Amino acid sequence: MIEFLLEPLEYEFFWHGLLATLMVGASCGLIGALVILRGMSYVGHGLSHAAFGGAVVGFILNLNFYAGAGAMGLLAVLLINRITRSGTIKLDAAIGIVTNAMFALGVAIISQVRAFSQSFEAALFGNILGITEGDLLLIGFVSLSTLTMMFLMYRPLLFSTFDQEAARVFGIRTASVQLIFSLLLTLTIIASMNIVGVTMIAATLITPAATARLMTDCFSRMLIYAWIIGGITGVAGMYLSYIFNTASGATIVLFGASLYCLSWLTNFLHDRYVLQNHLDGKSDFVQTTQHQSVERNEAGL
Amino acid sequence: MSTRAISSTESDVYPAAVSLTDVTAGYGPHIVFKRLSLKIDKGQFAGIVGPTACGKTTLLKTILGTHSPLSGTVLLDGQALNDIPRGIIGYVPQLGSVDWRFPVTVEEVILMGFYTGKRIWPWPSMEERERVHDLAYRLGIYRCLGQQISNTSGGQRQRAFLARALVNNPALLVLDEPTSGVDIKAQHEVLHLLGDINSEGITILLTTHDLNAVASHLPWVICFRNGLIAQGRPRDIFTNDILTRTYGGDITIVRHEDYFLIATGTPIHFSDGDP
Repeated sequence: MIEFLLEPLEYEFFWHGLLATLMVGASCGLIGALVILRGMSYVGHGLSHAAFGGAVVGFILNLNFYAGAGAMGLLAVLLINRITRSGTIKLDAAIGIVTNAMFALGVAIISQVRAFSQSFEAALFGNILGITEGDLLLIGFVSLSTLTMMFLMYRPLLFSTFDQEAARVFGIRTASVQLIFSLLLTLTIIASMNIVGVTMIAATLITPAATARLMTDCFSRMLIYAWIIGGITGVAGMYLSYIFNTASGATIVLFGASLYCLSWLTNFLHDRYVLQNHLDGKSDFVQTTQHQSVERNEAGL
Repeated sequence: MSTRAISSTESDVYPAAVSLTDVTAGYGPHIVFKRLSLKIDKGQFAGIVGPTACGKTTLLKTILGTHSPLSGTVLLDGQALNDIPRGIIGYVPQLGSVDWRFPVTVEEVILMGFYTGKRIWPWPSMEERERVHDLAYRLGIYRCLGQQISNTSGGQRQRAFLARALVNNPALLVLDEPTSGVDIKAQHEVLHLLGDINSEGITILLTTHDLNAVASHLPWVICFRNGLIAQGRPRDIFTNDILTRTYGGDITIVRHEDYFLIATGTPIHFSDGDP
């Protein structure tokens, strides 16, 4: 078994890919937890498309891939914030307008200059084979920045995610918190683009976080679980893609979806078991949970 | 245009808890209220009543600083909103404004009151935890501190929000419709609790649709309909004339000693054969 796991590590491309998927998966999981709690699931999908348009524009301007994608991602965040400020246009509509226009710009340029259409296949569908040490450094930097910022901003992030209006009254600069969070999300998406591909990023963000949500009702634990599940999903997906010779991005997403299904099934069976016990008179569910809660309080004193 | 049924006890020497002078507020081209001047004295326990979409929430948001007025000045304790220290205002939003499936416990909700401070560490300090436990004990939610917020009743959620608003010892407590979304018993308990808090010197300002609760629990009422209609003690304010100007339509007021019963329209009479 150990030999089986170690065998692919002989190839440099594989352990490069393994490191990249571990870091990208964990970061996406962590950021994704807040994305789903803030009702921003569509943002991840949209920003990845905007960043793709930026990468194409960057290419024809002889800019670095990440510079073009980053600039367009940043522009998308600022435009979405500006459009939604008055409240007339809602977030999902603003994302649809801005990011689809940017993606369409990229597609239009590719269709005009067909010579480089192959170069962007990796960005669309992910290409784990081409991970360079430079890519790893960038992904490492983004992962560390995300982790640090999430730790430092834990309190304002939690308050503004739960109750934005009250957070504002209490003195939290909710607009700044939203902007910083959107920038972290953009950075994570850009660092993940070449690993899982534009078409798969939304799933990489949302699925581990949704699985974590099914596993706990505690905010801090949800963040930690999503971070760990994201990392595990990345590594396991990478191994499975090697074994079955499938596309890495798609395999990671499929493995993440399998974990979600497993978690949902476990929850469903647990609830049925508790309900059945309650109906059979073996236990009083309400009294049990209240009793446990009192015990927890007293133990915490 | 506005009438004051009874002159309040405010003094020009000492700054009022809340002072609005010639304030006009609105959204884009739509003006909600125009040139409003209103003072709420320190230590007052006042309720703003008025029909739906009359500008009550816009007035609260203007006082809280989350909605910028188009013109005029808003002062809290004699200071501009930007100059007041954090924590001087405690705020309890409407229960319906929050996603109750959010993964937090009652204790975490109350702790959020400290999240504007300088502490960076995510976990609470011993002092923060002790303050939360003291408040929870006082407000009668100590036993549900570890419970998920989704597993609590409307009254317990209201108290959790109230505890969160009180953690920083605010001078002004603002509540947006604290009597909606809870049953009549919880409503009475919350208003009674607010009376106790007010007796400690905290100024309280709330909005409500429940005139009977205002009549029986609050010492001061402000009738509002896109501007100030009248303000004063409920027994002086709750007249057919003022309530009709505030709400329109027929208002019936039944008085018995110190109790009021306020109803609107004409009663529906069922025949004996009706189910």
